[in-house]
Amino acid sequence: MAKGEEKTLGIDADKPGKAILLMGVEAIARGALEAGVGVATAYPGTPSSELIDRLSKVAKKFNMYVEWSINEKVALEIAGAASISGVRAITAMKQNGLSVALDFLSGLAYTGINKGLVLMVGDDAGALSSSNEQDSRHIARMLDLPLLEPATYQEAKDMAKWAFELSEKFSTVCILRGTTRILHGRGNVTLGELPEAKPEAVFDTSRSYAPDITFVTKIHANLHKSLTKISRVYDASPFNEYAGPENPELLVITSGTGWLYSSEAVKVLSAQKRVGILKLGTTWPLPNKLVAGYLMGAEKVLVVEEVDAFLENNIKERAADLRAGRTWTFFGKATGHIASFGEINPDKVINAISRILGRKYRARTSAYEKMRNDIAGSLLIPRELQFCAGCPHRATFWSIKDALRLDGRGGVVAGDIGCYSMAQGATGYSQTKTCHAMGSGVGVASGLGKLKQFGFRQPVLTVCGDSTFFHASIPALINSVHNESDFILLLLDNSGTAMTGFQPHPGIDRNAIGDSAPRVDAEKLCKALDIPVTIVDPYDVKQTRDEFLNILQGGNGPKVVICKRECALIRATREGALFKVKVNPDKCLGEKCGCNRYCTRVFGCPGIRWDRDTKKAEIDEAVCNGCGVCVHVCPRSAIDREARP
Amino acid sequence: MNLEKKDPISLIITGVGGQGNILISRLIGQALVDEGYSITIGETYGASQRGGSVASHVRISKKTAYSPLTPEGCADIILGLEPLESLRILTLFGNESSFVITNTRPIHTMAVVIGDAEYPRLETIKDGIAKLSQKAWYIDASKIALDMGIPLLTNIIMTGALVGAGLLPIDKDRFKDRFRMNFKKEQLALNVKAFEMGIAEVGAVH
Repeated sequence: MAKGEEKTLGIDADKPGKAILLMGVEAIARGALEAGVGVATAYPGTPSSELIDRLSKVAKKFNMYVEWSINEKVALEIAGAASISGVRAITAMKQNGLSVALDFLSGLAYTGINKGLVLMVGDDAGALSSSNEQDSRHIARMLDLPLLEPATYQEAKDMAKWAFELSEKFSTVCILRGTTRILHGRGNVTLGELPEAKPEAVFDTSRSYAPDITFVTKIHANLHKSLTKISRVYDASPFNEYAGPENPELLVITSGTGWLYSSEAVKVLSAQKRVGILKLGTTWPLPNKLVAGYLMGAEKVLVVEEVDAFLENNIKERAADLRAGRTWTFFGKATGHIASFGEINPDKVINAISRILGRKYRARTSAYEKMRNDIAGSLLIPRELQFCAGCPHRATFWSIKDALRLDGRGGVVAGDIGCYSMAQGATGYSQTKTCHAMGSGVGVASGLGKLKQFGFRQPVLTVCGDSTFFHASIPALINSVHNESDFILLLLDNSGTAMTGFQPHPGIDRNAIGDSAPRVDAEKLCKALDIPVTIVDPYDVKQTRDEFLNILQGGNGPKVVICKRECALIRATREGALFKVKVNPDKCLGEKCGCNRYCTRVFGCPGIRWDRDTKKAEIDEAVCNGCGVCVHVCPRSAIDREARP
Repeated sequence: MNLEKKDPISLIITGVGGQGNILISRLIGQALVDEGYSITIGETYGASQRGGSVASHVRISKKTAYSPLTPEGCADIILGLEPLESLRILTLFGNESSFVITNTRPIHTMAVVIGDAEYPRLETIKDGIAKLSQKAWYIDASKIALDMGIPLLTNIIMTGALVGAGLLPIDKDRFKDRFRMNFKKEQLALNVKAFEMGIAEVGAVH
């Protein structure tokens, strides 16, 4: 091939034995392809979204059905339907999404499945992009489902492939849990064979997937028998491995990222002769025999894992069950050697091991430490998350702030999950006061709107994005119509699931694989519920504010305002800035103006900065996305905009 | 000057969400996998797309896979798309032998924009970087990208600077051939030009 024609190899490369660089979640997508997966579904959520992003691009090539589903429960239902009809299926979600899918998952755990069904869950340890850091592994234990945790990128692929076989063998959903540093990390992955076989879908009507209520407890008992068998399979699994001396002074038991961190920590401390590491890839049920064997060879045990003390508690339980007539000293989250919140990292493991071994470790000289502490203390300012330059949400919350101030009755805004969750902070003028779950803004607003009999007099607003609207807002909206609640829903329609990378949803006229698709019209849907609907352009801040104010002071019942403006990043990437924006230095009076830096201090768009030398505002060309909204903000009209050709 | 004998080599690419540091880590990582290295990359993104601090940890070894996060004080090279972020990463992961290659164009934080904090003077940041590193290269990559008409090319210019500095076990010409595979035909010429401008910059400021 000529230069420039060859392409970087991706998850679809038919090159068995070739090592390529893959993200953990891409490696899982590849493992699913190697397992001959037929159906893949998900609702996007960091760090799980790339599974469908990547599979959707190769769906046609592999004759797969890939969809972005309306929410995680429906995604699992679609995948479940494929499995019980003889087609291997995978679904992906983040930890919050698993809560949404839980109702169906608990049903599926009892009815069983047919062909391999893998549920990949991305746990955002450290809550880098989440409202909580709940540990999904408890769900595997709660529902008696087998659980796997990859520790490397290669293992992510190999485990995903094996998860389908395990699922099929025991007729149960297999949970594959990755954390951010695995799913969003990258590493070498040696590719395997891609299968030739094409799945055929038939629902065998001689089988039933509806549990007979008389036998529910028997099914439950069978699940426990199944777990005992799975534990035996796990005892022989190559995903569990040990490195270190036969009777180590300290036994580290770890899963997921903890393995690479522990291995590095032992190397950094040159403690290879004192410390052994047992890495478990199969974490529920525990590989009982295997764990017992290593426990019997050690007295001190440190457990290293992401988020909760799941493995730690299960291992302690296992040790108690051994009735070995001896005791162990366990270290981990319970003793504070490994923090029980936040993400783990190599330093936390280095500190834990050096404390236990009574060994001092310093990464740098004390002179360097002092210098870096001085410099960090005097110069480093934090970098908070904020709306991007030109974000329509900034303009919308600007108008909400103004409208509520003019209305003067102490209006409350219930928030929701999406980029606009940041509106609780300075970037959204601290306007939203609640934020719990996808779609719960409408539910909470609907509840606030029913408190008049208790003296509640404040107007109620709520916001949700276009994707969140479909995901889980609709039942609460219908509830509010039927129960006659008073509130205003501002539907922040920026034409995609912006937070996770602009995935389509039912309101978009294309589907996951990029084909055109019927669009569900949110406006028509609301009108069909007899809800009055108004549409505004948030970039027109005056019209938007006046419309908000008008509706705030209008009649009873739920109302919807669709704030329609495409995400500034999508637009800027596609066609560049709408406007060329400039501060006119002759009109800007700078520090001498009575505005007290209104454009930067109050409006707070990162595209505008205060030049401390000229003491005037200026546009940061490297950041500005050219929305032109700031033109309306400057009290002296010193900001000019010129339409781009 | 290179780190050929060092194993692992730990490179951290840092900047502000949206500047494109993930593309750099992917380009560098792919090239090194092709050269037979074992690569692990830990990335931060998600909410960080919205203007937060971001970092990609690239761990490079001939022997084994290393952690997706670098232990404190163990970074060999810090490539920064934003000067304050370069300093931030240096204070956490740097040591006396660290090399720094940084863009000099500040991106103001939210607190600076609204007037609650002051962004340090560039000279003060440079002074801090000089004290905490073995050697540093300062490149006004955002200005070069703006002059080319596309601010988003900043990351490609900095990729050129990283490869051009010659610290990594990467052959410039082989990397360039590999680099070309990642771009569509219509974007190729501009990206190659930006890459070469970056190489020229480290030569110019050596």
